[in-house]
Amino acid sequence: MSSVPKSLKYSNSHEWVRQDEDDLLTVGVTDHAQTMLGDLVYVELPELEGSFETGQEVAVVESVKAAADVYSPVSGEIVEINELLLENPQLINEDPYGKGWLFRIRPFESELKDLLSADEYSKVVASEAH
Amino acid sequence: MGKRTPLYQCHVEAQAKLVDFAGWDMPLHYGSQIQEHHQVRQQAGMFDVSHMTIVDLHGPAVADYLRYLVANNIDRLVPGKALYTCMLNEQGGVIDDLIVYKMTDNFYRLVVNSGTREKDLAWLTKQANSFELTLTVRDDCAMLAIQGPHIREKIPTLFSPDQAQTILNLKVFHAAELDHYFIARTGYTGEDGFEVILPATEAPAFWRKLLAADIKPCGLGARDTLRLEAGLNLYGADMDETVTPLESNLAWTVAFDPTDRQFIGRTALEKQLHNGVKQQLVGLVLEGQGVLRNHQKVIVDGFGEGEITSGSFSPTLSKGIALARVPAQVGQHCLVDMRGKQVPVQVIKPPFVKQGKKTFSHITERENE
Repeated sequence: MSSVPKSLKYSNSHEWVRQDEDDLLTVGVTDHAQTMLGDLVYVELPELEGSFETGQEVAVVESVKAAADVYSPVSGEIVEINELLLENPQLINEDPYGKGWLFRIRPFESELKDLLSADEYSKVVASEAH
Repeated sequence: MGKRTPLYQCHVEAQAKLVDFAGWDMPLHYGSQIQEHHQVRQQAGMFDVSHMTIVDLHGPAVADYLRYLVANNIDRLVPGKALYTCMLNEQGGVIDDLIVYKMTDNFYRLVVNSGTREKDLAWLTKQANSFELTLTVRDDCAMLAIQGPHIREKIPTLFSPDQAQTILNLKVFHAAELDHYFIARTGYTGEDGFEVILPATEAPAFWRKLLAADIKPCGLGARDTLRLEAGLNLYGADMDETVTPLESNLAWTVAFDPTDRQFIGRTALEKQLHNGVKQQLVGLVLEGQGVLRNHQKVIVDGFGEGEITSGSFSPTLSKGIALARVPAQVGQHCLVDMRGKQVPVQVIKPPFVKQGKKTFSHITERENE
């Protein structure tokens, strides 16, 4: 079973979101997503200061097997990207909720209303297995 | 549930991620396909390839049959030698690629793909009709490929001293039978190594012996990137019945000499040669970052379009690489439509990697002009 930390919020499209103390959000792809993709070999990250709508394509993660779009789980402005991934995309496989984070975003709205809890996201993962 | 090889339980114990491959439950990887790739390029790895179909041919007319059946010429073989060849239909299309091992004048062994098993067996049987021979499918056997630059030094720990001596004396593309084991110095990775055919019942014990010798299990994922780097075609992706060997970088496997050998597809290939071969299978190296993918469009300026037949990421080169079928006039550079963007690629003659090293030098557009 893949890990789904209780402290995070999730999207249906397998991104996780962490609300940080400075009210910025850190975003990555879930353990389930990295397991399905296999070894990651290339990551395309958004431009700093770029603005994205909820559900807009914001990044691309490519494994040996497939390319997957990453969708912005909220609307906001990119304030930081994880440049370590450009050299070492396998950090996403090794530590999807830690060193494998993708970007930090300043949300335009304070509420994270459409995101899923860990329990809700676990159900999404379970339903995909059938 | 798919078909299971005699090593299924070993894969489960090794925590394989199992996937369906041509109706078989096969290991995709045992954790990381990239680590497994490097393991084979730098050390030693093993692959369960028991899903492949082994066919033994016995009888006085076997050589005549094979002279007619396959595009390469088995008269190049002596006992204990192997030949890579295609089996063609009348139109010159590739029914399958296979290895033919000559063991004696009256005994040859074929190894064909698993995805094409049923049609291959139907074709082999149909063509055997007028020849005096028996055809036996060896589903009682397992097959393991052990590959990598450090394989040779491990052979003495796996076999008796006499057997090890015989194995280490095998030249490339040669095979020997040792008791119930059939051992060939062949493979699908571009590294030195062996393919071992053995009784299915003995396969799990042999697997454990290989594990104990620090030969690591590797899955189909690594097998695919290794063969792609080595420039080896995959049947069903890089070729099928709609293309000929001449359009598949396999002209070297077609023996037109002697001119009086009538093999199936010969007339069609001669006609194609006469009219000019319009497309060829080449290697592509992505100049920027990213991964090339199957079926992406290739644009050859002034001469039309082609298509990627096998695209992936080369762990050895850390670059996107691909085999692609393109207009024959292609130069040293062309473009690939990658997710809506046209990106430049270098065109090379495969392989991409030989014995762990890059085979080509980077040529910029400017030098090319």
